[in-house]
Amino acid sequence: MANVQTEELFTVDGTPLRVSLARAQRRLKLRALLLVGPLFLFILVTFFIPIGDMLFRSVENAIISEILPRSTKLLNDWDPAAGELPSEEVFAAMVEDIKVGRKNRTITRAGQRLNYESPGMSSLFRSSSRTAARIKKAPYKKALIEAHKKWGKVETWKLIKQFSPAYTAGYFLASVDAKQEFGGEIARLGEERRIYLNLFYRTLRLSLFITVMTLILGFPIAYLMAILPTKSSNILLIFVLLPFWTSLLVRTTAWIALLQQQGVINEILVFVGLVGTDNRPQMIHNEFGTIVAMTHILLPFMVLPIFSVMKTIPPSYVRAAVSLGAHPWLAFWKVYFPNTVPGIGAGAILVFILAIGYYITPELVGGTTGTFISNRIAHHISSSLNWGLAAALGVILLGVVLALYLLYDKIVGIDNMKLG
Amino acid sequence: MKLTRSLAAVVIGAASIAVAGTAAAETELVIVSWGGAYSKSQQNAYHLPYMKLNPDIKIINDDSAPEAVAKLRAMNEVNNVTWDLVDAVAADAMRLCDEGLALPIDPDKDLAPAPDGTPASKDFGDLLVSECFIPNIVYSTTFGYRTDKFKTKPTSVCDVFDLKKFPGKRSLEKKPINNFEWALLCDGVAPDKIYDVLGADGGVDRALKKLGTIKSQVIWWTKGAQTPQLLADGEVVIGSTYNGRLFSLIEEEKQPVAMLWDWQVFDLDGWIIPKGTKNLAAVKKFLRFATDTQRLADQAKYISYGPARKSSALMVSKHATLGIDMKPHMPTDPNNAKTTLLYNYEFWADNQDDFTERFEAWLAK
Repeated sequence: MANVQTEELFTVDGTPLRVSLARAQRRLKLRALLLVGPLFLFILVTFFIPIGDMLFRSVENAIISEILPRSTKLLNDWDPAAGELPSEEVFAAMVEDIKVGRKNRTITRAGQRLNYESPGMSSLFRSSSRTAARIKKAPYKKALIEAHKKWGKVETWKLIKQFSPAYTAGYFLASVDAKQEFGGEIARLGEERRIYLNLFYRTLRLSLFITVMTLILGFPIAYLMAILPTKSSNILLIFVLLPFWTSLLVRTTAWIALLQQQGVINEILVFVGLVGTDNRPQMIHNEFGTIVAMTHILLPFMVLPIFSVMKTIPPSYVRAAVSLGAHPWLAFWKVYFPNTVPGIGAGAILVFILAIGYYITPELVGGTTGTFISNRIAHHISSSLNWGLAAALGVILLGVVLALYLLYDKIVGIDNMKLG
Repeated sequence: MKLTRSLAAVVIGAASIAVAGTAAAETELVIVSWGGAYSKSQQNAYHLPYMKLNPDIKIINDDSAPEAVAKLRAMNEVNNVTWDLVDAVAADAMRLCDEGLALPIDPDKDLAPAPDGTPASKDFGDLLVSECFIPNIVYSTTFGYRTDKFKTKPTSVCDVFDLKKFPGKRSLEKKPINNFEWALLCDGVAPDKIYDVLGADGGVDRALKKLGTIKSQVIWWTKGAQTPQLLADGEVVIGSTYNGRLFSLIEEEKQPVAMLWDWQVFDLDGWIIPKGTKNLAAVKKFLRFATDTQRLADQAKYISYGPARKSSALMVSKHATLGIDMKPHMPTDPNNAKTTLLYNYEFWADNQDDFTERFEAWLAK
């Protein structure tokens, strides 16, 4: 195509060849697009849009201004710095908002949202929704404060004003153990309230450790499978795959039975006389338990990519190196090992990313020192229903994974990765 | 050509089967509960008898109750509620009702009166804690202990905090609720002052400090089945869980475990009708049947939770298969209920999120 034509060519029916070719190309492109289209749409609808929606919740905060439209609008003009309560007009608007919110059954949701920021707001709105219905005429200020004394505190109104904008950084601040007072600076939470940074660090540290462990344990197995004759390596392969076909919960529970203090391993240790029956080592419901169980569960994800890469390395390479005088160890290290790096890269990324999001195994065997950030995310999704915080924690986790992925690309190169 | 014709035949055939299927029609009710022995007791007492009486109703069981609040919220956001009746604990039911995700139920109109004519609202009495919630059972969170590990038997909940007299591992729920109450109680706070102390400055620190005295010996559970397993394995010597779980451990599995009812915490479990159900009339009819006096008493044949109706309590009889008298195993039995706490819904609705964060931070230290 690159050749420059000196003379225009025509097809049989007289159209210029160039036009005819372009038309054919276009048709091909369209066909390709039609083939990919459904999958693209499917992924868009079932993956990107829901995830995007979930992630958006980490900053979204329209709920307060939607449920309390009148009072939040008036609060815009209120200056809390003066240290005085808002005007009678704002109180009247709040009473009206609460009445409407009670009718629509939305008012307690506003209370719940504010309760994430300051405990006690939930009951303030719940009890006020009952009493405000009875407030018929002015003075609203007096009546509302009589209904609940918290309405007479500047802090309550400050909080409502602070969280009335449609977007908030509050969830992200909470995910890094920080908080912003109204109009003030961002400050770290007190020692007794810090959770998440510690958990992020632990999740990364343990995931990395588990990745290294699977590599140390998986590499020799993969090597053995690659050099054995097909018949015996197939049997080994079945052993590697066997755990895959067993339910995750069963495998996790099996580790509990093995590792607990009255469990199989401890019984053997006591029987052999290595430990006394009164000081059996604690091997589960802690960090150790999480590492052991997850290393076992994720091992196949390391073995398989390495094995499939090793299969493609011709044995003649090492033989050539040895015949040229290299010590077998040197031949292995200088010739064989570098060829397996793409498999190690693929396995490591696979195991690491799976580990970082692991949830059920740490929950069951992790105790207090072996749980992951995903356990907190699950808590906020299904138990505390603080989806905004769960989304913010999720965004940070996603960000960390992407950053590590880019780092990996810089150091090892993603093109170097090979799954088979 | 041949292919299209046979394909058409298949389609028509399938369509006619589908039509025939709807003609015989059943209304499918999706009922959400907790699974395990609890769901089984509901099926035996409510679902199976009801389906026998009403062949046109088919009840489908869904075990999603642990995530019910989150799932209902999500279903409501997309306007596609696929559940008809949901089993929930009282605190969750109140939250769902507040948010408008559950429908209000008028006990005297929608529910059957007691056999002697007492209206349902009186028969359930104080246990109707929310206008959307019909309680089934009173359950309690309490302790079970190994009978073969101590010289003297524990008699008080404070023995859980006594490592000298009662050494060994304990299991507690990985939540501040109940644990904080017990800790303060054993730290010398009067039972009626617990929430005042807990709500005041330093209350949480005091509870955590008391829990700190046994922290190194605690295994924290998240699923109700964990404590019974840990007790059976001898992994813990004493542990908290729901009383029904301990009943099956002791009476059905014959493990050397006994109940410590001291300061058990009562809570309620019952039905809510999710807003947006597509079978409202059918589900209300079922609810009337499933919450009548006989049905609630029947459930106690299969599991040791106290029926929520006063009129049912008198009818509690023997276990369906073991044949033992169930009355002494009810948490509400006077011998077991000498000292009890009632879950304080309002207090925990306000403080649960904040205290959970404090508790988790303390655990991670």
